Amino acid sequence: MWFVARRLLHAVPLLFCVVVLNFVLIAATPGDPVTILVGDFPAPPGYVEQVKREFGLDQPIYVQLMRYLGHVLTGDLGYSFANRQPVSTLILGRLAATLELTLTALLLASLLGIALGMLAARWRGSWLDSGVQGIASTGYSIPDFWLGQLLILVFSIWLGWLPSQGNMSVRGAPEGFAGFLDHLRYLLLPALALSFRYLALIARITRAAMLEVLSADFILAARSRGASETSVMITHALRNAAAPVITVIGYNLGFILAGSALIETVFGWPGIGRLLFDSISRRDYPVMMAILLMVSVTVVLANLATDILHRAIDPRVGDR
Amino acid sequence: MLEVRDLSVEIAAGREKLRVVEGVSFSVGRGEAVGLVGESGSGKSMSAFAILNLFPSPHARIAGGDIWLEGRNLRGLSAREWRGVRGAQIGMVFQDPSSYLDPLIPVGRQVAETLRAHGRNEGAEARVLELLDLMELPSPAEVARKYPHELSGGMRQRILIAAALALRPALLIADEPTTALDVTVQAGILDLLTRLRVELDLGILLITHDLGVVAETCQQVHVMYAGTIVEQNEVGALFRQPRHPYSQGLLGSMLGPDSRAGNLFSIPGSVPGARDMPAGCRFHPRCPIFQPGLCDTGEPALVDRTGGGSDRCRRSGEFDNAWRRTA
Repeated sequence: MWFVARRLLHAVPLLFCVVVLNFVLIAATPGDPVTILVGDFPAPPGYVEQVKREFGLDQPIYVQLMRYLGHVLTGDLGYSFANRQPVSTLILGRLAATLELTLTALLLASLLGIALGMLAARWRGSWLDSGVQGIASTGYSIPDFWLGQLLILVFSIWLGWLPSQGNMSVRGAPEGFAGFLDHLRYLLLPALALSFRYLALIARITRAAMLEVLSADFILAARSRGASETSVMITHALRNAAAPVITVIGYNLGFILAGSALIETVFGWPGIGRLLFDSISRRDYPVMMAILLMVSVTVVLANLATDILHRAIDPRVGDR
Repeated sequence: MLEVRDLSVEIAAGREKLRVVEGVSFSVGRGEAVGLVGESGSGKSMSAFAILNLFPSPHARIAGGDIWLEGRNLRGLSAREWRGVRGAQIGMVFQDPSSYLDPLIPVGRQVAETLRAHGRNEGAEARVLELLDLMELPSPAEVARKYPHELSGGMRQRILIAAALALRPALLIADEPTTALDVTVQAGILDLLTRLRVELDLGILLITHDLGVVAETCQQVHVMYAGTIVEQNEVGALFRQPRHPYSQGLLGSMLGPDSRAGNLFSIPGSVPGARDMPAGCRFHPRCPIFQPGLCDTGEPALVDRTGGGSDRCRRSGEFDNAWRRTA
């Protein structure tokens, strides 16, 4: 428990830096929020001045930063000029869709990646191993948004099996379990596109970690006791290979979040990634900053969860 | 009980096949400890692994010979049948107890693995405690819950022995069981092995490079060199009167109370690899009494000598110590 508290405390200065850096970076980008607010038509200078005063944009940058920090600390993430809604309301409304997509992708990548990596290691040198290695190297080099477009082309346009846009049937969406299945049809392609690169990475790391463990002395010792290959794989190899695999899964979670911005855009998925993309194109700074902060917090928490899991698996780590 | 005949082991290296063990024969009776001695690279460990048909490298395999265990030839068993032999009829302990135990699993469960692998789930926990007690480990219940890194080297080796003997196998193969341990701990493990041998009527095949360990524990000894047995005898006889120059050299390089820096003896050169095996006697390039024409043509056979024992030297018995040329 002390360990968790200490790690959370360490995260505070880190997150502070993230907030400041975001703020400064965005303040330094060209483009004036007032222009966005009042629109592209030439506004009378008096009106522009009034808007600036109203939102504190006439203050020096450090004053703006202090005010922003104060607001963030009290949970106020600001107001979206483009959407004319508080940022927190906007994000909360999109959160469920993004969680659904990213968690599905995470689960898909982890389960399939670990399974494929294990099979490849178990039957090293077989066609199965070559297949997994092929998937791993191509999967890691295909850009996910391009893969998304390819999936749409094949499964939605050519084969017409799955829908390509949105997260549920707009007209006549079924209720209950049928509604859930309808929803899954929409989820499948974007989740697949988002998870593929991650899946490839996890499969590769799992295979390598398993191969290393399988050549360890204690595996030979287990076999000398008459343990079956399946039991050797599950009780010894998988457990010992888990540490590097969990590390890779946890530390790369940020990629899934980053990837979701493009994937949600490609598939018209109404989540935070799509919101980020739209906010960037509209220069909706408060929304951008809030999302970047949220991603940072998630990455910090994911790393913490990784370390906690690591300790749970390996009795040699930490102060147990 | 165990009868190994003409055993050969091959390692595939690319297209080449290297014979690392060639025509090795020996036997181990119930309640008997037999030593397999040699330098690293002599093939002694490979011979031991072959008895379980379980090699550290996937490229190694038994290339010939028979392994008879209690009247059954193990050659030609299916993979599943081999699994039934491992742990149940033959137990094995290894050199470095810290790397041969899974660091993430409590040691008690690793001892129980032998039982569970053979379907003896019932009463496994009680049996584990009984075994740990038999290994003279203090407070077995507490030790069983510990992880390997929480135990000392000697305790870990006792855990490995407990796991190897959980199903009361007839034979225990011990591959350099004390090499990684402190000298004081070493003696405790050797005493334990001897006690178990007597109490359980256990056959032990002890693989070691250390003749001192053999002297303390074994009744029979086989000296291996470059994949073959070069001399075999009772332990007492071999120590009194080694016949092969290699055995004489090994005995001469043992440390004794008179050993001083400067008068230490070692056999010059090193064991040849399977790729560049010399013609004739495999030891002749390092031998002090090598005789051209006699020793470098045709491999000498293992010949039984009068007065017991056998060796592979064509000049056997000419010198008490070939290295000092004393007749």
